Amino acid sequence: MTQEHMHAAERPPALSVGPLGWARANLFNTWYNSVITLVILWAVIQAVPPLINWAFIDAVWGGGEPDACRVEGAGACWSFIGEKYRLILFGLYPFAEQWRPLLVMVLFIGLVVATMRRLLWGRSLIAAWGVSTVVMFALMYGGFLGLPFVANSYWGGLPLTVGLSTIGLVVAFPLGIILALGRRSNMPAVRTLCVVYIELIRGVPLITVLFMASVLFPLFLPTGVTIDKLLRAQVGLILFAAAYLAEVVRGGLQAIPKGQFEAADSLGLGYWSKMRLIILPQALRISIPPLVNTFIGFFKDTTLVIIIGLFDLLNAAKTALTDRAWAGFYMEAYLFCAIIYFAFCFTMSRYSQNLERKLRTGHARR
Amino acid sequence: MKTKAALVAATGFVAIAATAPAFAGETLDAIRERGTLICGVSTGLSGFSMPDSEGNWSGIDVDFCHAVAAAILGDSDAVEFVALTAQQRFTALQSGEIDLLSRNTTWTLTRDTALGLNFAGVTFYDGQGFMVPKELGVTSAMELNGAAVCVQPGTTTELNVADFFRANGMEFEPVVIESLEEVNAAYFAGRCDVYTTDASGLASIRATVAPNPDDHTILPELISKEPLGPVVRHGDDEFLDVVKWTLYALIEAEEKGITQANLEEMRASEDPTISRLLGTTAGNGEALGLSEDWAYNAIAAVGNYGEMFERNVGADTPLALERGLNDLWTRGGLMYAMPAR
Amino acid sequence: MAVDTLHVSDRASLWNDPRGRAIIYQVVVIGGVVLLFWYLISNTMANLERQQIASGYGFLDREAGFEISESLVSYSAASTYGRAFLVGILNTFKVSILGIVFATILGTLIGIARLSSNWLVAKLAMTYVETLRNIPLLLQLFLWYGVITVSLPGPRDPINPLPGVFLSNRGFIIPVPEAHLGYTMAAVALLVAIVLTVVVNRWAKARQAVTGQPFPMLAAGAGIIVGLPLLAWLAGGAPVGFDVPELQGFRYVGGVPIRPEFAALLFGLTTYTASFIAEIVRSGIQAVSYGQTEAAAALGLRKGMILRLIVLPQAMRVIIPPTTSQYLNLTKNSSLAVAIGYPDLVHVGNTTLNQTGQAIEAISIFMAVYLGISLGISFFMNWYNRHIALVER
Repeated sequence: MTQEHMHAAERPPALSVGPLGWARANLFNTWYNSVITLVILWAVIQAVPPLINWAFIDAVWGGGEPDACRVEGAGACWSFIGEKYRLILFGLYPFAEQWRPLLVMVLFIGLVVATMRRLLWGRSLIAAWGVSTVVMFALMYGGFLGLPFVANSYWGGLPLTVGLSTIGLVVAFPLGIILALGRRSNMPAVRTLCVVYIELIRGVPLITVLFMASVLFPLFLPTGVTIDKLLRAQVGLILFAAAYLAEVVRGGLQAIPKGQFEAADSLGLGYWSKMRLIILPQALRISIPPLVNTFIGFFKDTTLVIIIGLFDLLNAAKTALTDRAWAGFYMEAYLFCAIIYFAFCFTMSRYSQNLERKLRTGHARR
Repeated sequence: MKTKAALVAATGFVAIAATAPAFAGETLDAIRERGTLICGVSTGLSGFSMPDSEGNWSGIDVDFCHAVAAAILGDSDAVEFVALTAQQRFTALQSGEIDLLSRNTTWTLTRDTALGLNFAGVTFYDGQGFMVPKELGVTSAMELNGAAVCVQPGTTTELNVADFFRANGMEFEPVVIESLEEVNAAYFAGRCDVYTTDASGLASIRATVAPNPDDHTILPELISKEPLGPVVRHGDDEFLDVVKWTLYALIEAEEKGITQANLEEMRASEDPTISRLLGTTAGNGEALGLSEDWAYNAIAAVGNYGEMFERNVGADTPLALERGLNDLWTRGGLMYAMPAR
Repeated sequence: MAVDTLHVSDRASLWNDPRGRAIIYQVVVIGGVVLLFWYLISNTMANLERQQIASGYGFLDREAGFEISESLVSYSAASTYGRAFLVGILNTFKVSILGIVFATILGTLIGIARLSSNWLVAKLAMTYVETLRNIPLLLQLFLWYGVITVSLPGPRDPINPLPGVFLSNRGFIIPVPEAHLGYTMAAVALLVAIVLTVVVNRWAKARQAVTGQPFPMLAAGAGIIVGLPLLAWLAGGAPVGFDVPELQGFRYVGGVPIRPEFAALLFGLTTYTASFIAEIVRSGIQAVSYGQTEAAAALGLRKGMILRLIVLPQAMRVIIPPTTSQYLNLTKNSSLAVAIGYPDLVHVGNTTLNQTGQAIEAISIFMAVYLGISLGISFFMNWYNRHIALVER
């Protein structure tokens, strides 16, 4: 007995707790893991210090002249970004008026942050979005209160990227719901139409849809009627997004137990009341996480508008690269864009995972 | 309900379409009503049309838009520029998205006819050439067998270069990239041995994109004729006349020695040609459906053709182009204004 | 009201009969769609006529007049537009098929690495997945293309890691065996060996199912696949000659060039898609209950065998459907080639569209081809999915 007591009082061996113990359990638990760990550590030691040197220590910061970056041994030329960040972020928007898109972006990000808080979900949030959308468009266009009018052919950079993807999703969403309901309808003609639309759009690359929007839409409209380039791209993106959203919503609909449909039927609800009051609220709730994922994909896909010559974030960065004085700093320009895209997408994907967990526990409690 | 929604959507679609401005055949009225001229330009070719860091456009093609706006509206700044890729330019014009295409566009028979366009004249006589790095030691296009050639798609350039190599029994590897910026980047990174486009474009790219312009040379051979000019939609003769005569007014101003600086004095000139051009003697404006000071406004906005040329691409600019074919006919060039009377 | 309807159902108006109403709805919807199409088509016809744009696919027989840099079939500027489209389609196939193969391998490895007990490996894999997934593919393609064309030296001063292999901003040029009967025979033998291995594998499985006797399939397969071509090569005279590339004038003569556009596209598509496949593989493996692993361990199976024989076959059922859609995505994403100049279908079609002005025809060809590919992959993967699906007994 005493001996057992003595054993219990003894501290565990130093090699099984603390940093050493952790390393043994997680890095050197088998012979091949030890080998792999050593190889990776060696690679990291080879690669990371030069990278840090390039990105921070030897880098050229601040505004300044391009010559400072062309010195032998100079690292990343962040002064290029310092010089061109306004062109990259806001495209060709008139220089003196760029506080307007900046304000729009601040407003937008504020709204997104507010929307991420589930406590605030409700009618007032929707109203806030509605009002803000009008304000944002008013700010972008101007033409009142002494604000000069700015045609949308001058819009660019981040506001364009964000606007195309957000508006695209918001408008495509109701279309997607209708298509999803249509695809699950009992009416063969309606079902066939929806299936054909969804599969047709999902079967072709976005680029062909954008080409269609860019080159064919003008032919589809009556003589003399035009819609501008930006709106055409937006319509193309909406048509594209609707098909993908329809599949997301359909996934949500399929997850609703049949009993819910039957219960609604037995209450004597008509098709639309049943959908509006019983089915869709549940289905859409389940669909939120995949919806966010679709939005991330969509946000990344808006870079393709570069192919039809719109000045989105990526294209604005490429335009910044055409300045001869700063030519050749493509790595800095692309990294800058990559960081912005990453910040948006990573935040959203983390949020979507978080939400998925929360919504799931919500279900379990019932 | 669903059908209702569909119907609403459909009528909404039609309604949007119907409320959009309809202006085929009445371009001039539409421009006046809107108060701006919508001008299609390239996405960035220094000396022709190029936005700076602050989004202001400059270049010959841009100046010409300013001149037309000044002639029609009396305000040279009443222009909205739409940047177009080579692929989009004709669609944009055909569909009415832009009023005028001023984007170093080559005048060809197909474009003039099958694409439903009209060329209003030639603002720049050009030809397709080759640019190579000096270190290759190439002096003639005939030495380019086997070279990798950077070329922009959607242009006559791509066909001309294939024709040239075929005709001379040589081979080449085309590097064809959609965006102008990416083609430039590829050439200066050394992806290709040769860059081919209009000679003026080569000069522009060498002057403004090349890390060191002296490292590159433009070969003497021009393999095609490339008359570049402003384009309007087929079937609107009134607007075609305005664009055409704005160009002639700029050329005639140079013929008569009218410049931005001496414009006021010239108004008092005794020369009947000058007073007809500048509107002191009425008649021309009315015939074109414009105010009588249309040409005065246009010249006041951008100067005469020679000034426009020198300011954007001339000897004192990075492009440093000779007048050459673009000089006045009196000095051995091809610029010749029809009599404005 | 419901009762009323029941009573008078035999003479209810069409509107009050659910079936009748369904018919009315559908007629209205179809009518609406037909009207919309009629509206669009009539506008299009009017516009084409007004702008005097030619229509029809007749242009496919005309001479294209432009060159294409890489082609699996013979092509020159004198070939027809139809031939140019064929070149583009084959190039799309080439990059998609290779991309799918490499992305599957890389994605599976990274997916397994994410579950590694080695903390460093798991975190590295996670970083890879999170980074690549959250940056637009187009941006990545520009970056890779920039790395190859800007960072690699010119063709006159290439990196020469192995004799006969040249890395420059003109691409990677590798030597290939020169034309010789021995090589041809070896290639044919390799095909035969693959077929033979599949047959032997089936036989071995059947025998094991009946008698319980295992067959050393791995060793036998490796033996067949290596040995047969080797024998054929020896029988063909054991040639050793290689077609070694050499710089002549502007370009390398000999060898097989891998052009920068192709390399950047393939690399970008592979690494991007692999990050998605990795997540699918990870969740597929995690979907297999841990009890399966423990049970297998209790049977005395080693770690590798547990993964190969117990976990992966079950995980496959979860993995296949989402992987199919990644394959489709990769194929569709290959159309981004147009941005970095790889002559795929969209690139060639885009040039054709610009030269002929026949947008409707060109875009309809794009759509038809991609739809065909999508349906093809779907059918194949559905067949495969059924093949491995759990047969309930």
